[in-house]
Amino acid sequence: MKSRYLIPLGVFAVIALLLALGIRQAPRKDLVPSPLIGKAAPVFSLPSLANPRTLVTSAQLRGHWYLFNVWGTWCISCRMEEPELLAIARTGVVPLIGLDWKDTRSDAITYLHREGDPYQKIAFDPGGLEAIQWGVYGAPETFLVNPEGIIVYKYIGPITPGAWRRDFLPRLPGGHAVAGS
Amino acid sequence: MRRLPPVRTALLTALALLVAPFAHAIAPTRMPTPALQARYERLIHGFRCMQCQDESLANSPVSLAADMRRQIRQMLLAGKSDRQIRHFFVSRYGYFILFKPPFVLKTAWLWLAPGVLLITGAVSAGWVIRRRAALAATDDNDEDVPGEDDVASPGKHN
Repeated sequence: MKSRYLIPLGVFAVIALLLALGIRQAPRKDLVPSPLIGKAAPVFSLPSLANPRTLVTSAQLRGHWYLFNVWGTWCISCRMEEPELLAIARTGVVPLIGLDWKDTRSDAITYLHREGDPYQKIAFDPGGLEAIQWGVYGAPETFLVNPEGIIVYKYIGPITPGAWRRDFLPRLPGGHAVAGS
Repeated sequence: MRRLPPVRTALLTALALLVAPFAHAIAPTRMPTPALQARYERLIHGFRCMQCQDESLANSPVSLAADMRRQIRQMLLAGKSDRQIRHFFVSRYGYFILFKPPFVLKTAWLWLAPGVLLITGAVSAGWVIRRRAALAATDDNDEDVPGEDDVASPGKHN
Protein backbone atom coordinates (compact mmCIF):
# COMPACT_ATOMS: atom_id res chain seq x y z
CA MET A 1 0.00 0.00 0.00
CA LYS A 2 2.78 2.41 0.95
CA SER A 3 4.70 1.53 -2.20
CA ARG A 4 2.49 3.72 -4.39
CA TYR A 5 3.92 6.75 -2.64
CA LEU A 6 7.29 5.69 -4.00
CA ILE A 7 6.15 6.08 -7.62
CA PRO A 8 6.40 9.92 -7.72
CA LEU A 9 9.74 9.65 -5.97
CA GLY A 10 10.91 7.19 -8.63
CA VAL A 11 9.68 9.47 -11.44
CA PHE A 12 11.44 12.40 -9.79
CA ALA A 13 14.67 10.38 -9.53
CA VAL A 14 14.51 9.46 -13.25
CA ILE A 15 13.89 13.08 -14.33
CA ALA A 16 16.64 14.34 -12.01
CA LEU A 17 19.05 11.78 -13.48
CA LEU A 18 18.16 12.76 -17.06
CA LEU A 19 18.62 16.45 -16.30
CA ALA A 20 21.92 15.79 -14.53
CA LEU A 21 23.18 13.83 -17.55
CA GLY A 22 21.97 16.60 -19.86
CA ILE A 23 23.89 19.24 -17.95
CA ARG A 24 26.99 17.06 -17.90
CA GLN A 25 26.76 16.36 -21.62
CA ALA A 26 26.32 19.99 -22.58
CA PRO A 27 28.56 21.90 -20.20
CA ARG A 28 28.46 24.94 -22.47
CA LYS A 29 25.23 25.77 -24.23
CA ASP A 30 26.94 28.44 -26.29
CA LEU A 31 29.23 25.97 -28.10
CA VAL A 32 27.36 24.73 -31.14
CA PRO A 33 29.09 21.71 -32.72
CA SER A 34 30.05 22.28 -36.36
CA PRO A 35 28.58 20.01 -39.03
CA LEU A 36 31.60 20.90 -41.20
CA ILE A 37 33.98 18.62 -39.34
CA GLY A 38 35.01 15.79 -41.66
CA LYS A 39 33.79 17.79 -44.65
CA ALA A 40 35.73 19.75 -47.26
CA ALA A 41 36.71 23.25 -46.24
CA PRO A 42 34.98 25.98 -48.27
CA VAL A 43 36.60 26.90 -51.56
CA PHE A 44 37.57 30.54 -51.40
CA SER A 45 39.51 33.27 -53.16
CA LEU A 46 39.81 36.47 -51.16
CA PRO A 47 41.99 39.57 -51.28
CA SER A 48 44.95 39.47 -48.96
CA LEU A 49 44.92 41.84 -45.99
CA ALA A 50 48.36 43.25 -46.71
CA ASN A 51 47.87 43.72 -50.44
CA PRO A 52 44.36 43.93 -51.97
CA ARG A 53 45.74 42.99 -55.38
CA THR A 54 47.04 39.59 -54.28
CA LEU A 55 44.66 36.76 -53.48
CA VAL A 56 44.59 34.18 -50.74
CA THR A 57 42.93 31.06 -52.13
CA SER A 58 42.05 27.61 -50.87
CA ALA A 59 43.88 26.20 -53.92
CA GLN A 60 47.19 27.65 -52.64
CA LEU A 61 46.69 25.81 -49.35
CA ARG A 62 46.08 22.35 -50.83
CA GLY A 63 48.68 19.77 -49.89
CA HIS A 64 49.51 21.31 -46.52
CA TRP A 65 48.08 21.20 -43.03
CA TYR A 66 46.96 24.62 -41.90
CA LEU A 67 45.10 26.40 -39.12
CA PHE A 68 42.37 28.72 -40.33
CA ASN A 69 41.92 31.33 -37.62
CA VAL A 70 38.96 33.73 -37.74
CA TRP A 71 39.73 36.97 -35.92
CA GLY A 72 39.26 40.72 -35.89
CA THR A 73 40.84 43.63 -34.07
CA TRP A 74 37.42 44.42 -32.49
CA CYS A 75 37.40 40.97 -30.85
CA ILE A 76 38.73 41.06 -27.29
CA SER A 77 39.13 37.29 -27.04
CA CYS A 78 41.24 37.35 -30.21
CA ARG A 79 43.61 39.79 -28.50
CA MET A 80 43.81 37.41 -25.55
CA GLU A 81 44.63 34.59 -27.95
CA GLU A 82 47.35 36.48 -29.81
CA PRO A 83 50.34 35.43 -27.61
CA GLU A 84 49.41 31.76 -28.03
CA LEU A 85 49.10 32.19 -31.81
CA LEU A 86 52.59 33.74 -31.86
CA ALA A 87 53.88 30.79 -29.81
CA ILE A 88 52.26 28.32 -32.24
CA ALA A 89 53.79 30.18 -35.19
CA ARG A 90 57.24 29.91 -33.53
CA THR A 91 56.95 26.11 -33.23
CA GLY A 92 56.63 25.91 -37.02
CA VAL A 93 54.42 22.81 -36.67
CA VAL A 94 51.58 24.18 -38.78
CA PRO A 95 51.11 27.48 -40.64
CA LEU A 96 48.41 29.88 -39.50
CA ILE A 97 46.10 31.32 -42.12
CA GLY A 98 44.04 34.23 -40.84
CA LEU A 99 40.59 35.39 -41.83
CA ASP A 100 40.32 39.01 -40.77
CA TRP A 101 36.59 39.20 -40.15
CA LYS A 102 34.49 42.38 -40.32
CA ASP A 103 37.50 44.58 -39.76
CA THR A 104 39.10 47.56 -41.40
CA ARG A 105 42.38 47.17 -43.22
CA SER A 106 44.15 49.97 -41.38
CA ASP A 107 43.06 48.73 -37.92
CA ALA A 108 44.26 45.22 -38.69
CA ILE A 109 47.60 46.26 -40.19
CA THR A 110 48.34 48.64 -37.30
CA TYR A 111 47.41 45.96 -34.77
CA LEU A 112 49.62 43.26 -36.34
CA HIS A 113 52.50 45.71 -36.64
CA ARG A 114 52.24 46.49 -32.92
CA GLU A 115 51.44 43.04 -31.48
CA GLY A 116 53.30 40.78 -33.92
CA ASP A 117 51.96 38.82 -36.88
CA PRO A 118 51.58 35.05 -36.37
CA TYR A 119 50.00 34.47 -39.79
CA GLN A 120 51.56 33.13 -42.96
CA LYS A 121 48.71 34.60 -45.01
CA ILE A 122 45.68 36.63 -44.08
CA ALA A 123 42.47 36.76 -46.13
CA PHE A 124 40.37 39.88 -45.71
CA ASP A 125 36.60 39.52 -45.17
CA PRO A 126 35.20 42.96 -44.28
CA GLY A 127 31.67 42.00 -45.39
CA GLY A 128 31.49 38.84 -43.29
CA LEU A 129 30.10 36.56 -45.99
CA GLU A 130 33.18 34.31 -46.08
CA ALA A 131 32.84 33.63 -42.34
CA ILE A 132 29.28 32.40 -42.97
CA GLN A 133 30.67 29.91 -45.50
CA TRP A 134 32.69 28.44 -42.61
CA GLY A 135 29.75 28.39 -40.21
CA VAL A 136 31.42 30.97 -37.99
CA TYR A 137 29.22 32.58 -35.34
CA GLY A 138 31.79 34.28 -33.13
CA ALA A 139 35.47 35.02 -32.95
CA PRO A 140 37.96 33.59 -32.46
CA GLU A 141 37.22 30.30 -34.13
CA THR A 142 39.99 28.07 -35.44
CA PHE A 143 39.75 25.24 -37.98
CA LEU A 144 42.39 22.59 -38.52
CA VAL A 145 42.48 21.63 -42.21
CA ASN A 146 44.42 18.66 -43.60
CA PRO A 147 46.36 18.44 -46.90
CA GLU A 148 43.27 17.03 -48.66
CA GLY A 149 41.36 20.17 -47.69
CA ILE A 150 39.17 18.40 -45.11
CA ILE A 151 38.27 20.20 -41.86
CA VAL A 152 39.62 17.88 -39.17
CA TYR A 153 38.75 19.91 -36.11
CA LYS A 154 37.18 23.18 -35.01
CA TYR A 155 38.03 25.04 -31.84
CA ILE A 156 35.71 27.77 -30.56
CA GLY A 157 37.15 30.53 -28.37
CA PRO A 158 40.72 31.64 -27.67
CA ILE A 159 43.29 28.85 -28.00
CA THR A 160 45.10 28.28 -24.71
CA PRO A 161 48.45 26.49 -24.33
CA GLY A 162 46.50 23.55 -22.85
CA ALA A 163 44.07 23.43 -25.77
CA TRP A 164 46.96 23.53 -28.23
CA ARG A 165 48.64 20.54 -26.56
CA ARG A 166 45.44 18.58 -25.91
CA ASP A 167 43.23 19.34 -28.93
CA PHE A 168 45.50 20.35 -31.81
CA LEU A 169 48.92 18.67 -31.52
CA PRO A 170 47.65 15.06 -31.28
CA ARG A 171 45.72 15.60 -34.55
CA LEU A 172 48.77 16.83 -36.45
CA PRO A 173 51.35 14.51 -38.03
CA GLY A 174 54.36 14.31 -35.70
CA GLY A 175 52.41 16.34 -33.19
CA HIS A 176 52.82 13.73 -30.46
CA ALA A 177 56.57 14.17 -30.47
CA VAL A 178 56.23 17.94 -30.13
CA ALA A 179 53.57 17.57 -27.45
CA GLY A 180 55.94 15.35 -25.44
CA SER A 181 58.96 17.64 -25.66
CA MET B 1 27.06 36.99 -26.23
CA ARG B 2 29.95 34.91 -25.07
CA ARG B 3 33.56 35.96 -25.31
CA LEU B 4 32.72 39.51 -24.29
CA PRO B 5 33.65 41.11 -20.97
CA PRO B 6 30.76 41.56 -18.49
CA VAL B 7 30.50 45.33 -18.99
CA ARG B 8 30.08 44.88 -22.72
CA THR B 9 27.61 42.06 -22.23
CA ALA B 10 25.58 44.28 -19.91
CA LEU B 11 25.69 47.16 -22.37
CA LEU B 12 24.71 44.94 -25.28
CA THR B 13 21.90 43.40 -23.23
CA ALA B 14 20.63 46.86 -22.36
CA LEU B 15 20.89 47.84 -26.01
CA ALA B 16 19.05 44.69 -27.10
CA LEU B 17 16.27 45.43 -24.61
CA LEU B 18 16.01 48.99 -25.84
CA VAL B 19 15.88 47.86 -29.44
CA ALA B 20 13.45 44.98 -28.83
CA PRO B 21 10.20 47.01 -29.12
CA PHE B 22 11.31 48.27 -32.54
CA ALA B 23 12.52 44.86 -33.69
CA HIS B 24 10.10 44.75 -36.61
CA ALA B 25 11.90 47.77 -38.05
CA ILE B 26 15.29 46.04 -38.25
CA ALA B 27 15.08 44.58 -41.73
CA PRO B 28 13.76 47.17 -44.14
CA THR B 29 15.18 45.08 -46.98
CA ARG B 30 13.30 45.57 -50.24
CA MET B 31 13.17 42.66 -52.62
CA PRO B 32 12.35 43.35 -56.30
CA THR B 33 9.07 41.42 -56.35
CA PRO B 34 6.35 40.81 -53.71
CA ALA B 35 6.83 37.05 -54.11
CA LEU B 36 10.55 37.30 -53.32
CA GLN B 37 9.77 39.68 -50.48
CA ALA B 38 7.38 37.13 -48.95
CA ARG B 39 9.92 34.33 -49.28
CA TYR B 40 12.63 36.54 -47.78
CA GLU B 41 10.44 37.42 -44.78
CA ARG B 42 9.49 33.78 -44.23
CA LEU B 43 13.10 32.63 -44.42
CA ILE B 44 14.53 35.21 -42.02
CA HIS B 45 11.85 34.33 -39.47
CA GLY B 46 12.77 30.65 -39.71
CA PHE B 47 16.47 30.97 -38.88
CA ARG B 48 17.97 31.38 -35.45
CA CYS B 49 20.48 34.14 -34.80
CA MET B 50 23.55 32.17 -33.73
CA GLN B 51 24.72 34.86 -31.32
CA CYS B 52 21.52 35.75 -29.47
CA GLN B 53 20.19 32.24 -29.72
CA ASP B 54 16.56 32.84 -28.87
CA GLU B 55 15.96 35.41 -31.58
CA SER B 56 15.32 34.91 -35.27
CA LEU B 57 17.39 36.57 -37.99
CA ALA B 58 14.42 38.85 -38.57
CA ASN B 59 14.53 40.23 -35.03
CA SER B 60 18.22 40.27 -34.25
CA PRO B 61 20.18 43.54 -34.25
CA VAL B 62 23.53 41.66 -34.22
CA SER B 63 25.80 42.25 -37.22
CA LEU B 64 26.20 38.53 -37.91
CA ALA B 65 22.41 38.35 -38.34
CA ALA B 66 22.61 41.27 -40.79
CA ASP B 67 25.29 39.39 -42.76
CA MET B 68 23.12 36.28 -42.80
CA ARG B 69 20.13 38.28 -44.05
CA ARG B 70 22.38 39.67 -46.77
CA GLN B 71 23.46 36.12 -47.66
CA ILE B 72 19.79 35.04 -47.91
CA ARG B 73 18.96 38.07 -50.07
CA GLN B 74 21.84 37.31 -52.43
CA MET B 75 20.84 33.66 -52.73
CA LEU B 76 17.21 34.57 -53.44
CA LEU B 77 18.30 37.05 -56.11
CA ALA B 78 20.54 34.36 -57.60
CA GLY B 79 17.44 32.20 -58.03
CA LYS B 80 18.08 29.67 -55.25
CA SER B 81 15.11 27.79 -53.83
CA ASP B 82 14.05 28.03 -50.17
CA ARG B 83 15.18 24.43 -49.82
CA GLN B 84 18.67 25.25 -51.17
CA ILE B 85 18.97 28.23 -48.84
CA ARG B 86 17.92 26.16 -45.85
CA HIS B 87 20.40 23.47 -46.82
CA PHE B 88 23.16 26.07 -47.16
CA PHE B 89 22.72 27.20 -43.56
CA VAL B 90 22.05 23.76 -42.06
CA SER B 91 25.18 22.28 -43.65
CA ARG B 92 27.27 25.05 -42.05
CA TYR B 93 25.56 25.62 -38.70
CA GLY B 94 23.63 22.39 -38.11
CA TYR B 95 19.90 21.88 -37.44
CA PHE B 96 20.34 24.23 -34.50
CA ILE B 97 19.96 27.20 -36.83
CA LEU B 98 16.39 26.20 -37.77
CA PHE B 99 13.63 27.25 -35.40
CA LYS B 100 11.63 24.33 -36.75
CA PRO B 101 14.08 21.45 -37.19
CA PRO B 102 13.01 18.63 -39.55
CA PHE B 103 11.80 15.30 -38.20
CA VAL B 104 14.83 13.03 -38.65
CA LEU B 105 16.31 10.30 -36.47
CA LYS B 106 18.62 12.77 -34.71
CA THR B 107 15.76 15.12 -33.80
CA ALA B 108 13.06 12.50 -33.17
CA TRP B 109 13.27 12.80 -29.38
CA LEU B 110 12.86 16.56 -29.70
CA TRP B 111 9.55 16.15 -31.51
CA LEU B 112 8.27 13.12 -29.62
CA ALA B 113 9.22 14.02 -26.05
CA PRO B 114 6.37 16.55 -25.46
CA GLY B 115 3.75 14.05 -26.68
CA VAL B 116 5.22 11.23 -24.61
CA LEU B 117 5.29 13.48 -21.53
CA LEU B 118 1.70 14.64 -22.17
CA ILE B 119 0.40 11.09 -22.54
CA THR B 120 2.32 9.95 -19.45
CA GLY B 121 0.86 12.87 -17.49
CA ALA B 122 -2.69 12.27 -18.75
CA VAL B 123 -2.53 8.53 -18.03
CA SER B 124 -1.20 9.02 -14.51
CA ALA B 125 -3.69 11.83 -13.81
CA GLY B 126 -6.53 9.60 -15.03
CA TRP B 127 -5.27 6.76 -12.86
CA VAL B 128 -5.10 8.96 -9.76
CA ILE B 129 -8.57 10.44 -10.40
CA ARG B 130 -10.10 6.97 -10.82
CA ARG B 131 -8.52 5.75 -7.60
CA ARG B 132 -9.76 8.81 -5.72
CA ALA B 133 -13.25 8.31 -7.12
CA ALA B 134 -13.19 4.63 -6.15
CA LEU B 135 -12.04 5.53 -2.61
CA ALA B 136 -14.73 8.19 -2.25
CA ALA B 137 -17.38 5.68 -3.37
CA THR B 138 -16.24 3.19 -0.70
CA ASP B 139 -16.39 5.92 1.96
CA ASP B 140 -20.03 6.74 1.05
CA ASN B 141 -21.10 3.08 1.28
CA ASP B 142 -19.51 2.33 4.65
CA GLU B 143 -20.94 5.01 6.87
CA ASP B 144 -20.27 3.04 9.99
CA VAL B 145 -16.52 3.00 9.63
CA PRO B 146 -15.16 3.54 13.16
CA GLY B 147 -12.48 5.89 11.89
CA GLU B 148 -15.15 8.35 10.65
CA ASP B 149 -16.60 8.80 14.09
CA ASP B 150 -13.15 9.28 15.57
CA VAL B 151 -12.42 12.05 13.08
CA ALA B 152 -15.70 13.76 13.85
CA SER B 153 -15.42 13.39 17.62
CA PRO B 154 -13.20 16.38 18.49
CA GLY B 155 -15.96 18.66 17.19
CA LYS B 156 -18.42 17.32 19.73
CA HIS B 157 -16.52 18.72 22.70
CA ASN B 158 -17.18 22.28 21.61
